Amino acid sequence: MIEVNGEHIPWKEGMTIQDVLETCRYTYPMVIIKVNGKIIKRAQYETYKVKDGDVVQVIHLMSGG
Amino acid sequence: MSCGKCNKTTVEELKKTHKLLAEFDYEPVKVEKGYANRTLYVNVSDNKIELKPVSEELKEKFIGGRGFGLWYLWQAVTPETKWNDPENEIIISSGPIGGITQYPGTGKSYVVSLSPLTNIPIDSNVGGYFGPFLKFSGFDALEIQGKAENDVIIFIDGDNHKITIEEAPEECVDSHILAEQLTEMYADSEEGKKNVSVVSAGSAAEHTRIGMLNFSYYDVRRKKVKLKQAGRGGIGTVFRDKKIKALVIKFSNLKGDSNNPADFDTIAKTGIKLHKEIHDFDDLQNSMRKTGTTYLVSIMNDYDLLPTCNFQFGNHPEAHKISSKVFKNYFNITKTDGCWYGCTLACAKSVDVFKLKTGPYKGQKVIVDGPEYETIAGVGSNCGIFDPEAVLECNFYCDTYGVDTISFGTLCAFVMECYERGIINKETTGGLELKFGNWKAQLELLHQMARGEGFGKIAGQGIKRMKEIFAKDYGADINFLNDIGMEAKGLEFAEYMPKESLAQQGGFGLTNKGPQHDEAWLIFMDMVNKQLPTFEDKAEALHYFPMFRTWFSLVGLCKLPWNDIVPEDNAETDEPHKIPEHVQNYVDLFTAVTGKKITKEDLILQSERVYNFQRVFNIRMGKGRRKHDDIPYRAVGPVTVEEYESRQERYDKQLKEEVGINPEGMTTEEKIKVLREYREKRYEKLKDAVYKRRGWTMDGVPKLETLKRLGIDYPEVVEIIKQYLD
Ligand code: SF4
Repeated sequence: MIEVNGEHIPWKEGMTIQDVLETCRYTYPMVIIKVNGKIIKRAQYETYKVKDGDVVQVIHLMSGG
Repeated sequence: MSCGKCNKTTVEELKKTHKLLAEFDYEPVKVEKGYANRTLYVNVSDNKIELKPVSEELKEKFIGGRGFGLWYLWQAVTPETKWNDPENEIIISSGPIGGITQYPGTGKSYVVSLSPLTNIPIDSNVGGYFGPFLKFSGFDALEIQGKAENDVIIFIDGDNHKITIEEAPEECVDSHILAEQLTEMYADSEEGKKNVSVVSAGSAAEHTRIGMLNFSYYDVRRKKVKLKQAGRGGIGTVFRDKKIKALVIKFSNLKGDSNNPADFDTIAKTGIKLHKEIHDFDDLQNSMRKTGTTYLVSIMNDYDLLPTCNFQFGNHPEAHKISSKVFKNYFNITKTDGCWYGCTLACAKSVDVFKLKTGPYKGQKVIVDGPEYETIAGVGSNCGIFDPEAVLECNFYCDTYGVDTISFGTLCAFVMECYERGIINKETTGGLELKFGNWKAQLELLHQMARGEGFGKIAGQGIKRMKEIFAKDYGADINFLNDIGMEAKGLEFAEYMPKESLAQQGGFGLTNKGPQHDEAWLIFMDMVNKQLPTFEDKAEALHYFPMFRTWFSLVGLCKLPWNDIVPEDNAETDEPHKIPEHVQNYVDLFTAVTGKKITKEDLILQSERVYNFQRVFNIRMGKGRRKHDDIPYRAVGPVTVEEYESRQERYDKQLKEEVGINPEGMTTEEKIKVLREYREKRYEKLKDAVYKRRGWTMDGVPKLETLKRLGIDYPEVVEIIKQYLD
């Protein structure tokens, strides 16, 4: 299991940040992602692999018209 | 272009029918550090025109824009004044930063009046060139009072320093025609059209309470007049009630330094930084330049936040049909889609050739300004309509008829739910089958509003009054109507589902003018990011963001370039959701324009003054206390079985984990009841926390010490709150 924004999500071998975003249906592009408190750059979303037990924060910057 | 109702075909012929009622010459002034230091007062009852000086105190305490509007409105009305009394005013003001051309989003006007929907002050922001031209013509604000006998045009000739009031009997009222005619009539030449801006409403503004104002600008590339809307609160209704057909301004001498700032270089440098950011990152972020705010449709749908069928649900399988991917194909995208010079975020999209299928202009090819997200969600998904061309048609007619797409969308959604539940029927609607998804019936309702007839006239009164009528005349259950009628303080909700975010419930309810999202949009912070776990955290956000966002309305800025684009290193900052670099840009811009050194804390303080003044103003008008911050239960939780069951997992979990009740074996109705008690109590607790943070009593009244701290403890202000302080 990993924790994403306080919710527990099943972890899978090889799971990337991109996979996490898709699993959670987080489609908003303006997000800041931290894994165990460390910022992950957008360019690494496809390659950075999360580990079992990681705490992931997907901080959506607010918007609205 | 002509509406075909009169026999005048050229603007020269139309102009000949004008009768001069008043003429006023004035001395030009040079704008100094963002201020003309003078305002213009026009009374259309007795055709009085005067100038008023702007004091240092007024600039210090009320800054400009909405602040000036509220101050002048306070002087003009009494607690007994109603929206349609001659004493009510319409005040238009930009603000000290308004009109600079080096930084994106700096041409906004703010319009203030007593609202026909809420009977308290409303403020509405709008692009277009009128506000900046007004200042550069020599006036920090325009105050209009009185009621004319016949339709008039107020013309401010900023080139020749002359103001006229002219009776104008023949021009069509609908904005797409009127704005074109008047632009041509008052421009010196084809080339000079860009120097003219028109403010107008439309025929539905005359017969409803949801009238809005169109502010025009001439798009040189398209060779077309474009319209931006001061939508909220029915100011267009006040405008037409005063028998004002249009305001026209002409100013031909716009320069990069017309605002005469204290420090031009800092403004230029700050602007270049943001232009570069937009250039480099917009395509990776919100793509505002390509899709405007339409990008929000699919995002809101994905997060279960897109209001669907009168805010019952938050998503719909057909939402993709009205998403940015679809509208992008209709847009003629240019790099100059800014509603004021220098806005490279350029979100003011339009569909340049659209053939109308209904109504008095059926068959004509017109330009549609928009659609913006709020319009698509309001007249589209919230009404169960997923046909992009129906949305465009409705957008066009709302604009030209002068009605607010948000109020129209939300009230139409309410009507449709009432129809589907049998509260109203074909007989009461005069034959209109107002079911969700029926776009033809929706448009006919709108055309009826423009003609001032049939069920459209009733619906145009807004949800608050419709609820009373449906209960009184059709025997509907008022409690149920109060639960599903999405209005607060008399204003219809803007188009976001607040049900699962307590903070956003506060963002809609604990507001000055009513449920408009421009005070605070906290759904992601609260519901998705879970950054606001405690009542105190939510209260802090409901203090900071409304104050921060109020500031845009004081200085003449657009909110979008604040957080619809962010710097590359924003993630590494302490408070990324505040976009600290952009906040610093605003501090720098204010100082560079006015020469007054401020900090980011001063910025909040400036807003707090005006915000609290507006709260006291509401109290003065008989609202603005705790009970007036209530919102309908549908904004808080599920009203019906279908709503509960559509999110059963989430609600059952909340019952189990937060309420401490095992939902197994309970009927849905029982679960709704228990959840409602819990959620309504939470909202009351939120009120407590927010009032405390804002320095208000538990009745929602600003405390004397708060007014003193802010320096607005004027005797007439203190007098209002005194009676509630014991
Ligand atoms: S961001 Fe859009 S609404 Fe704001 S000033 Fe620019 S074009 Fe106008």
